Amino acid sequence: MKKIFLVFMAMALLAFPSFAKETVKLGLIAPLTGDVKTFGESSKNGFIIAIEDYSKSGKYKIDPVIADDRNDPTEGANAALKLITQDRVIAISGPLTSKVSIPVSEIANNNKIPMITGAATNPKVTIQDGKRKPYVFRACFIDPFQGTVAANFAIKELKAKTAAVLYDVGNDYSKGLSEYFKATFTKRGGNIVAYESYQKDDVDFSALITKIQVKRPDVLYLPDYYNKVALIARQVREKGLKSTLIGGDGWDSPELLKIAGGAIVGGYFTNHYSPDRKDPVAEAFIKRYKEKHNTVPDALAALSYDATMILLKAIDNAKSLKSEDIVRYLNSMKNHKGVTGNINFDKNGDAVKSAVILKVEKDKVKYMTTVNP
Amino acid sequence: MEHISYILQQVVNGIQLGAVYALIALGYTMVYGVLRLINFAHGDVFMLGAFVAYFLISKFGLPVYLVFILTMISCAMVGFIIEKVAYKPLRDAPKISLLITAVGVSLFLEYFLSLKALFTPNYIPFPRPFEIQTYDLSFFVITNVQLLIFIITFISLFILYLLIYRTRYGIAMRAVSHDKETASLMGVGIDGIISFTFIVGASLAGVGGILYGIAYPQINVFMGIMPGIKSFIAAVLGGIGIIHGAVVGGLIIGLCEVFVSAFLSSTFRDGVIFIILFAVLLFRPMGIFGKRIEKV
Amino acid sequence: MRFFTESKWFFFITIIIYVILKALFFSGMASSYIQQIIQYAVIIALASIGLNIIYGFTGQFSLGHAAFYGIGAYTSAYLTKILGIDNLFSYIPVLMACSVISGIIGFLIGIPILKLKDDFLAIATLGFGTLVRVFFDNSDKLSDVLGGSRGFVGIPKITNLELILFFTLFIVVITRHMINSRFGLFWRCIKDDELAASSIGINTTNMKLKAFTYGCMLAGFGGAFYANLYTFLHPSNFDILKSIDFLIIVIIGGMGNITGTILASFIWVGFIEGLRIILPSEILDIRWVVIPILLIFIMMWRPYGIMIKKTK
Repeated sequence: MKKIFLVFMAMALLAFPSFAKETVKLGLIAPLTGDVKTFGESSKNGFIIAIEDYSKSGKYKIDPVIADDRNDPTEGANAALKLITQDRVIAISGPLTSKVSIPVSEIANNNKIPMITGAATNPKVTIQDGKRKPYVFRACFIDPFQGTVAANFAIKELKAKTAAVLYDVGNDYSKGLSEYFKATFTKRGGNIVAYESYQKDDVDFSALITKIQVKRPDVLYLPDYYNKVALIARQVREKGLKSTLIGGDGWDSPELLKIAGGAIVGGYFTNHYSPDRKDPVAEAFIKRYKEKHNTVPDALAALSYDATMILLKAIDNAKSLKSEDIVRYLNSMKNHKGVTGNINFDKNGDAVKSAVILKVEKDKVKYMTTVNP
Repeated sequence: MEHISYILQQVVNGIQLGAVYALIALGYTMVYGVLRLINFAHGDVFMLGAFVAYFLISKFGLPVYLVFILTMISCAMVGFIIEKVAYKPLRDAPKISLLITAVGVSLFLEYFLSLKALFTPNYIPFPRPFEIQTYDLSFFVITNVQLLIFIITFISLFILYLLIYRTRYGIAMRAVSHDKETASLMGVGIDGIISFTFIVGASLAGVGGILYGIAYPQINVFMGIMPGIKSFIAAVLGGIGIIHGAVVGGLIIGLCEVFVSAFLSSTFRDGVIFIILFAVLLFRPMGIFGKRIEKV
Repeated sequence: MRFFTESKWFFFITIIIYVILKALFFSGMASSYIQQIIQYAVIIALASIGLNIIYGFTGQFSLGHAAFYGIGAYTSAYLTKILGIDNLFSYIPVLMACSVISGIIGFLIGIPILKLKDDFLAIATLGFGTLVRVFFDNSDKLSDVLGGSRGFVGIPKITNLELILFFTLFIVVITRHMINSRFGLFWRCIKDDELAASSIGINTTNMKLKAFTYGCMLAGFGGAFYANLYTFLHPSNFDILKSIDFLIIVIIGGMGNITGTILASFIWVGFIEGLRIILPSEILDIRWVVIPILLIFIMMWRPYGIMIKKTK
């Protein structure tokens, strides 16, 4: 008897899904325009696919609210305020870059709105002045880990003895990675022969490259976003500087090879995942993404998907839609099987994950190795 | 020995930058000469040059010389239009109104081109029309791009020199700079000469834009603001209204910028240039080549 | 006491506006985003009145006003964060300090700069504005909390509607008093014809300096309120484009017209920020094309600003 009743109820629910589901607004902040727009586009795609996957079986109807931060901290802050106070979103997925995520995380935290960034790797996103921001989480590793991985790789695999660093002084991501790289490289016996900075709008690197060139470093660390790295790489090779180029997850864009061409071939970068990963969740996502967008998803799409799925899972399973309950669930969540790996939040709200090292080749990116934390 | 080579290399870098600044500074100095106006929109004509060249190369794949010619013509036209539409009607208005209008034109050019339907505010990679080649001259390294910049700037200056000092147009321009009313009494068509000045200045800025795009292949609608300001400072440094002043000023500013990056820190680059501006304005406002102006 | 009675209209209007706004905020009809925008509009009005004194009344074309606004902002942010200030009473001395510092810097810069005329004054102030911005970009070398080009986060939020509205009222009353006194008279003389003014015995150097310093102090006040409202600062907020914003407001509102400036500030902020909520971003970008065109037309049609009729 019960069974027939249940079947009848299920049919009724399936027939009128919208009546049963309450609407919940979920926000996305991403750099849809600006100097890292491929990040934003990938992120949006990952976000939407996550919502579609969730809608098949989720408790609520999700109303996505998407805001463009132009990879500018002020724009991001404004967008966050609008999403929280005007649109009244339940939670925010994103932003992607650390320099936008740091001010946005302050706003989200002060307004008690849960936020998970998929890709911002600077520690200051979840911690400010030594204190954890309880409403902020991240689904990726942090720069101390990333910078260290790069330095270790340079010393061990590339057998580098000297290194130069060229970073963007106005970008916490770039600056942070540089500091951690330098610390580890020096600790393991390497010598940092040049540590130079530039500003976001700079296009002429000739003076700095010449300055670095005389020191003849084995490797040159370029921890910035693909746009700038492509420009710098070209000028580096034009000036005849032969150091091996290394970078971070900011390199992850199809535009990198397109813009830099041969200059970037032979370079290595640390990243969150490789599309060659053998894993059912990853493979399913990659297949979905390829069908929908005709291209293999990059790390930003995968991370955004993971961050959004975690939020949706929390919304579904928390005791209520109140922020405190969502946060409580997030803190207690164990082993979320994401596209980018197994995700657990540590006491700082950061995910403990492995990094991969990828090599840039003539027409594609090759997976080299995985480094575990 | 290596030390000298390093300095020489930085000098080459500085001249590369300075040559582009010189091209832009010429436009500022000529327009100021005939109109006593700082054309704030000039830096955006430079930007326009880079974008037109980008458009021509990426959409039509035209050969290099054609790109140069067409870009120069486009920029010349834009310069002409700006003068006729925005500046001419205000020629007798208070100076401030002209300045504000110039600011308005500058903003308009920037934001109009940044519309999503057009070029968007993104950073666009500039398609280089030829392959880079590096020549190792043992003391320093020079690329074909740098050689191109030197050659083209030199040719442009030579042609300009001929224009100003060997043609009637040039005499007329110099006359109008010196004394507008008297020149018109002598039969010089003021409006025509002013338009001519704008055309020449804008073409040079356009050339500068192409060279800049080739050297630093990432363009963006706001790229003209800083080079525009620095080029203006260069013009003031050399003596506003004086042709060779603009060139020398441009080279000095370019060298300063590179040397500060190389020997101090690149974050102080812009600061030093503005300190130079203050020093010039306060201690020698007529510039390096200028004659001392009587205080009225 | 006379100026208080003359300004009584301002008092009444302000109180009425305050009551209306407070009701809106309380009832929840205006989200906290809108509340923030309204307070921002008053802040912009305050700083713009400063520029109006410098440019609208005294005719000194300054393209560096945002620098003084920024100096006030960073000073307040630094002091309130370091000293851990979070209430009104301890905020007042910080506020005063900010405007005094902006004023002193304005004074020192003004001494050499105000000797220059139109175009060169414009470039010099532009240059100073850029120098200040470079300073902010490198500020983390001075003290890491200032953030440099990464931005200054975690500023305590102290500004609220009462504070900014009544404080601006106070400033407007004082400013009107100055304008109706011999200061205002001399300033206007200088704007009309500096040579003639000095030949009838007005100490133009002194007067220009006073106008400039006062204008910079107001900018400093505005900046301080801004820092403690938005709790986040970035050097790019204080560049030439921001200085141009203030200039546009002064021009639209009318040079030498305080009420005009206040109205123009609200229209400006409403247009820029308010539209952000209503329109999709494609149409939003058009506003930045429309604004310069409007500016050019105003220059041709009414060179002294919309609210003033003379077209000399």
